[in-house]
Amino acid sequence: MGLVRVTRDDKGGQAMLAILMIVAVVVPLLNLAVPASSPWHVSTYTVTLLGKYLTYALLAVAVDLVWGYLGILSLGHAAFFGLGGYAMGMYLMRQIGDRGVYGHPVLPDFMVFLNWQELPWFWHGFDLFWFAALMAILVPGALAFVFGYLAFRSRVTGVYLSIMTQALTYALMLAFFRNEMGFGGNNGLTDFKDMLGFDLTSDATRVGLFLASALALALGYLACRFIVTSRLGRVAVAIRDAEARTRFLGYRVDRVKLALFTFSAMLAGVAGALYVPQVGIINPGELSPLNSIELVIWVAVGGRATLYGAVIGAILVNYGKTYFTGAFPEAWLFALGALFVVVTLFLPRGIAGVVGMLRTWRRPRSSNGSQPEARG
Amino acid sequence: MKAVGQLRESMRKDRQWSFMYSLLDVELDLSLGVILYLEGVSVSFDGFKAIDNLSFYVNAGELRCVIGPNGAGKTTMMDIITGKTRPDTGSAYFGRTIDLLRLSEPEIAALGIGRKFQKPTVFEHHSVFENLELAMAGDKRVFPTLFARLTGEQRDRIHEVLGIIGLQGQTQRAAGALSHGQKQWLEIGMLLMQDPHLLLVDEPVAGMTHQEMDRTAELLLSLEGRHSVVVVEHDMDFVRSIAKRVTVLHQGSVLAEGSMDEVQNDPRVVEVYLGE
Amino acid sequence: MPMSPTRTQRRAPSPSWHGLLWGLVLLALIPLNSLADALDAALIDLSDRSFEVKQAAVEVIAVSGDPRALKVLEALLDGDLYARTSDRRPVLAAASPAGFRLRDALEGTDLGEADRRDIRKITINNRMRTQLRSAIAALTLASPDAVLRLSAARELLGDPDPLVVEAIRAQFEREEDKQVRDSLALALALASLRDEDPEARLSGVSALAGSLDPSARNALTRLLGEETDPHVRAGAQRVLAGIEQKLKLNAAAETLFFGLSLGSVLVLAAIGLAITFGVMGVINMAHGELIMIGAYSTYLVQQAMPGLIDYSLFVAIPAAFLIAGLLGVLIERTVIRFLYGRPLETLLATFGISLILQQLVRTTISAQNVAVQNPSWMSGALQINPALALTYSRLYILVFALLVFLALLLILKRTALGLQVRAVSQNRSMARALGVRSARVDALTFGLGAGVAGVAGVALSQLTNVGPNMGQAYIIDSFMVVVFGGVGNLWGTLVAGLTLGVANKLMEPWAGAVLAKILVLVFIILFIQKRPRGLFPQRGRAADG
Repeated sequence: MGLVRVTRDDKGGQAMLAILMIVAVVVPLLNLAVPASSPWHVSTYTVTLLGKYLTYALLAVAVDLVWGYLGILSLGHAAFFGLGGYAMGMYLMRQIGDRGVYGHPVLPDFMVFLNWQELPWFWHGFDLFWFAALMAILVPGALAFVFGYLAFRSRVTGVYLSIMTQALTYALMLAFFRNEMGFGGNNGLTDFKDMLGFDLTSDATRVGLFLASALALALGYLACRFIVTSRLGRVAVAIRDAEARTRFLGYRVDRVKLALFTFSAMLAGVAGALYVPQVGIINPGELSPLNSIELVIWVAVGGRATLYGAVIGAILVNYGKTYFTGAFPEAWLFALGALFVVVTLFLPRGIAGVVGMLRTWRRPRSSNGSQPEARG
Repeated sequence: MKAVGQLRESMRKDRQWSFMYSLLDVELDLSLGVILYLEGVSVSFDGFKAIDNLSFYVNAGELRCVIGPNGAGKTTMMDIITGKTRPDTGSAYFGRTIDLLRLSEPEIAALGIGRKFQKPTVFEHHSVFENLELAMAGDKRVFPTLFARLTGEQRDRIHEVLGIIGLQGQTQRAAGALSHGQKQWLEIGMLLMQDPHLLLVDEPVAGMTHQEMDRTAELLLSLEGRHSVVVVEHDMDFVRSIAKRVTVLHQGSVLAEGSMDEVQNDPRVVEVYLGE
Repeated sequence: MPMSPTRTQRRAPSPSWHGLLWGLVLLALIPLNSLADALDAALIDLSDRSFEVKQAAVEVIAVSGDPRALKVLEALLDGDLYARTSDRRPVLAAASPAGFRLRDALEGTDLGEADRRDIRKITINNRMRTQLRSAIAALTLASPDAVLRLSAARELLGDPDPLVVEAIRAQFEREEDKQVRDSLALALALASLRDEDPEARLSGVSALAGSLDPSARNALTRLLGEETDPHVRAGAQRVLAGIEQKLKLNAAAETLFFGLSLGSVLVLAAIGLAITFGVMGVINMAHGELIMIGAYSTYLVQQAMPGLIDYSLFVAIPAAFLIAGLLGVLIERTVIRFLYGRPLETLLATFGISLILQQLVRTTISAQNVAVQNPSWMSGALQINPALALTYSRLYILVFALLVFLALLLILKRTALGLQVRAVSQNRSMARALGVRSARVDALTFGLGAGVAGVAGVALSQLTNVGPNMGQAYIIDSFMVVVFGGVGNLWGTLVAGLTLGVANKLMEPWAGAVLAKILVLVFIILFIQKRPRGLFPQRGRAADG
């Protein structure tokens, strides 16, 4: 029954989920069951690439929840994504055991290299998968909670909040670059071997991670839909459009923001945790200001406040990135930069908006007036 | 057994930490027949005294009009009552017991003070129905809101208000697509949904046609008795059509108070309005 | 080879030293020409195989007091002195097509070409090197050039020999240049620390009170290590404590200077943003790239006038202002003006522009850093005292930042444009109604902010690496400064920039550069949540929005 409410009136989302389901069935089959010589074979490289896109899509959904529906342009989601990734990376690091270059039974290579004698306290427990998985959600959530508690209580809004979240990400990136922090510094965490006992290089594990990403995306999408179709979702949009008015209606605006911001950060953490085993590395570069803003443009391209638009945007932009950086590496930043400008100037509602417009064109105008344009 | 009871009482979270003490539990004390007390309130912005030693009382169930030239401090007064602006000095009580200066905007709203802004602010992306739903009195904390579902009773109440404000035919229409006057009514409707003890209505008829104005006057008059209403308005004809008691603000304090006729014949008021 | 005299050397100077130095002391008394013959003989002796003979010869040459002797000794020390095999006369040799071109070492007269077998290099040993250095210094002490005398006086600091001391004292008596006198006095005080007589040591200690020269501190520390006399010890301890105190003050002053210098960089980087963001409310994420464009303008100007690096900055400043300013106007007219009132979209669009500008520079110039040269007048340092030197580049940039700040303040407060800018920023529609052409004002204001960013780039090119990514390093800092200072308040930006710079440098010694930066960022994040409107908020109804 809940599912009905969540997916009703969401044509785009239904289509997106259907495609996701088909892809989740067909791609693993084409990879595992079709011989490599066949033109229908999907290479493991492609599977991993798609898996990576799916984690990006989940991240974009998390951003859209707070930006599209709550008006918070967070430039801190790269940090939450990165923290989730680091939590998973720490687990994978501990799984290496004595197979590292230095063969130390407990300490990861970089610690041996730095002449550390024992594991720092915050590395304990990360040899357990459930603990690492929990941390991948709780740590970003806790950071978002503390930051959001301070920011929303003192009514830091709009661009101020954006700049503050960016500064937070930047500070975190600088911190992770330091060797003393105990996260591998510049090089980050890499050389992973296996996860839950499965070899990370094997095709089956790759397909498994791809499926996990698809499942996480579907569940994350439905959870966000559940929120935005609830009365809380309507309160969020009310806050986005007229914050003071919402406050005078008796809603605790700061708490609503805090709850959604924290949830969104946790979702980003999950995406990060799924991303790391697929790409095989996590380093402070993931927390760079560029990444933070880039992922906002995925959402803008797909169309804000639609959720499924975020999925489309994330996959399209990243496909474009993969294509451009391969074919015309020089041109990628031009293209990305132009995308930022063009989307904000000419496509304020993104691809989803264009689709919606085409649809209303074809049909004669209904009695309901046109939706006023979303503002951010 | 008694000791255990005492212990339990003393361990109650809301007694340990004042911030957990729900202000919503406090009864509104109207035993003197006065719902709002503002006494000796002053506030200044960058040296400019927007409110200067203002004292202002509203009786329970009364419909009061506040007039005054631009910059007289009408909007700032409303800001103080609703917790948006903190005065430098003075006190503000809701009923005999509730100190408004210690409360935040949502807390004040939850106590039953509703406000309609000068510029109509409805939630443009929401339908008329959703606007009223959001305004409805009830548990407005995060999790109850997440799982909230409309009961039949609540639905009836929304339709009742839709009738009062004359928007029955527009239920599913986006509020942003309403006419200016309809937005004003919707906002008054949202105030009614909050079921407030005190309504603060800032310039309800600005930009309305005459028919719309008449309807608005009717609407406000119908509220008298059940709710206390403070209307800030520039339009003298409109004020005359609804007011029993009028307060004139000038330079941040009360210049005159009384019936419309008394006020209009007050030489100080005439001087302020007709100019030096 | 630095001199490191030991205590044994002090007690027992070698006999040959006595000769040399006695000679120097007597220099003023003995007529020069009576020594001329001895000088000639000594010059021949320099080519002797025995180092003792050579040392004796150096003594005689030094004592001769002949101003030309200095050249000979310096050539000998530098290994440029040769002896002609035919007559053993010392010569200077320069490589030439035929082999070597010879010049007389003393007279400087041309002696014609020679084969490499015709000359033999005069070798020296370490002992001679030490001797030569002292001799050269003692000779230079008598030089008419005050700069030379000063460097000689410094060379002789800590020289243990009593005869050197005598020479210094003699020069001290007749010295008139203040700086040289101070230096000689220091040398004398240091020397008296080695005196047998505790009284003399004590007076030496007192003479060192407050001296910031590192040698004074070192000498006192060493003295405390071996001194037995309680009075001298107590005195030395007191004086040393005083010196340490003074050094600490100077170190604090230096930290403050570094802090202000960093602060001035922050102010420069942020001040353009204080206009576009603070006054106009436009979030310009391409601000850092405008700074970068300014830095590249400097580079291009220097490429265009390679011989005139010293004057290049005076061309680069207006050039950078124009280039960055016009670029700013272009950005405003083509993108930003469509986004007024939509700050988050402005943020995204200008970020896109920043990416394009970066890639543009990478593609057209180079992805690598480029070398921007410093004019000669920017190098060197202003020596306040021996413990405190302020580098000119930082000093000039500090002054420059203040000048730019004042200029902007004047433009905003005193010109018609400034008045219009403030009017538009406070109430756009009212300003329009009063006949202000708000579109033109917007473009000009943004251009002004962008131009100032370009000028900041010129200054920054003198301090940091110039590359396509340099702008990114400044954008977050700049926003932090503007937000911390209070948006819309130029003075706030100045105070915030300088404060953050100093705070950063104060923390660096114990936290390290990166951690200090992180701490400052975290501090600002917390501060803004406590006071969302920054240090100097604009209060009132208008600010409530």
